[in-house]
Amino acid sequence: MRPFGYERAATADEALALHEDGAVYLGGGTNLVDLMRLGVATPSRLVDVARLPHDRVELEVDGGLVIGAAVTNSDLAADRSVREGHPVLAEAVLAGASGQIRNLATVGGNLLQRTRCSYFQDAAKPCNKRDPGSGCPAREGEHHNLAILGQSEACVATHPSDMAVALAALDASVRVRGRSGERVVPLEDFYRLPDGAPDRDTTLEPGELVTAVEVPPLGMPSRYRKVRERASFAFALVSVAAALEVGNGVVTGVRLALGGVAHRPWRARRAEDALRGAAATEESFLRAAEAELEAAEPLRDNAYKVPLARNLIVRTLMELGEGT
Amino acid sequence: MDSANTTGDAVPVRAAVALAVNGTEHRLDVDTRSSLLDVLREDLGLTGTKKGCDHGQCGACTVLLDGRRANACLALAVAHDGARVVTVEGLAEEDGRLSAVQESFLEHDAFQCGYCTPGQLCSATAVLEEVRQGWPSAAAADVAADPVLDDDEIRERMSGNLCRCGAYPGIVAAVHAAAGRSREVTGA
Ligand SMILES: Cc1cc2nc3c(=O)[nH]c(=O)nc-3n(C[C@H](O)[C@H](O)[C@H](O)COP(=O)(O)OP(=O)(O)OC[C@H]3O[C@@H](n4cnc5c(N)ncnc54)[C@H](O)[C@@H]3O)c2cc1C
Ligand code: SF4
Ligand code: FES
Ligand code: FES
Repeated sequence: MRPFGYERAATADEALALHEDGAVYLGGGTNLVDLMRLGVATPSRLVDVARLPHDRVELEVDGGLVIGAAVTNSDLAADRSVREGHPVLAEAVLAGASGQIRNLATVGGNLLQRTRCSYFQDAAKPCNKRDPGSGCPAREGEHHNLAILGQSEACVATHPSDMAVALAALDASVRVRGRSGERVVPLEDFYRLPDGAPDRDTTLEPGELVTAVEVPPLGMPSRYRKVRERASFAFALVSVAAALEVGNGVVTGVRLALGGVAHRPWRARRAEDALRGAAATEESFLRAAEAELEAAEPLRDNAYKVPLARNLIVRTLMELGEGT
Repeated sequence: MDSANTTGDAVPVRAAVALAVNGTEHRLDVDTRSSLLDVLREDLGLTGTKKGCDHGQCGACTVLLDGRRANACLALAVAHDGARVVTVEGLAEEDGRLSAVQESFLEHDAFQCGYCTPGQLCSATAVLEEVRQGWPSAAAADVAADPVLDDDEIRERMSGNLCRCGAYPGIVAAVHAAAGRSREVTGA
């Protein structure tokens, strides 16, 4: 590992001031330390933001949440108001990693974790995300767990976070602090598709600090479902975050996002449009899933994700429909 | 990002770190790159904590960090200045009596080669505390409900600890038994 300086910030302003050229923010380190050990990340300085006072989950009067970026994944999932008002978020966090990793991992770090594409993680291989212009061996090589939607010629990676899929379904926004002030970015504008700049996972500018995530109130039943290669402690092949409200047999409210299928958490707007006002039946759910997945462009070894996503959407919506 | 042109000529950086390990205070001078795992094993000679993968994937390095289980291989020592750490060496009582979790692992044959066992023991100790505090797991049908530690819950909660010998049935039985008779051992 390349030597680096270490500074612990006590305030957000201090963190911004300490973030010089070559510096990287450190959360729990569960992704960053691994990438440094692999020689994929080579910061000259770590600015530790894990002990910043952004360490609380606040319940707003309207039922919305403001989640500090330094809140650990464990504390987020254990929080009463999250479990009761936004169960899909608690379930998504609990579906990720392991108990001991979630104790270290922060909300900010979870949002900004890098892809698990095996070429990205191997500093000896070409990879447009690590080294723009060097090529994408995954397209012809090992890609069974990579994207089926929204990929580019240059990169077919998926975003690995479970938490972010739930946040996409929940219409969350990210609070970001830079030297010129604070901005609030809707999650859909925070993450990006690889088009044009496969090295950039998000629209965050260098040195910008994530301070919190804002989640509006939900008010309908919700659920997270994840399919993986073993029962637990594995990244998603496909996952679904869904919320559904049914009145008189008709869909009156719906939120749907997919994980494991794209470079970013995939908000399934086409499916939502097809569902709103439709009968809450298996046929409508299937039609909606197919409407979303029509745009899928699977690679040689990941076409299985299309029926997997379709079936998981239908099953999750059926479960939510039965509960109402 | 900028991995292609690492020059490798940067000078190692050292930092002062205080750690209370199994109740004993240590003041150390560490390379900023050192993991908590390497500091425990190499600097403090506490080799009970094992290095399985060094990537967070196996759980062999699990310790209690400020009362919570954590992968010591992913924790930079410098980032945990001032922390209380309990390793497998610190789970037993001061007079040497084994903890409820340790006793149960013996009774239920919860290991074969023993390499994963220190991590399993620390993890199981923390699992009992997490359940006591009402933390849910992915095994819950209703994430808002208080957890009940059945076998599915134990399997899910212990899934960050792999065992190459496949001692899983014994581990599940041991955690189950320990839940019935545990005393407070997290924290130190
Ligand atoms: C074996 C293993 C299995 C895993 N399985 C899953 C899984 O199934 N599902 C899943 O979702 N995740 C999984 N993970 C990933 C895990 O969730 C992430 O590693 C973790 O959430 C990252 O959080 P952290 O605080 O440790 O981030 P760090 O590793 O500290 O940082 C990650 C990135 O975020 C940046 N960063 C951190 N905080 C901020 C901030 N406030 N502002 C700006 N930038 C910031 C860092 O600079 C770095 O680039 C797994 C990890 C491991 C090791
Ligand atoms: S898919 Fe993206 S991350 Fe993977 S090798 Fe190609 S460019 Fe790199
Ligand atoms: S050595 Fe830390 S998880 Fe494997
Ligand atoms: S007992 Fe051998 S690895 Fe678990």
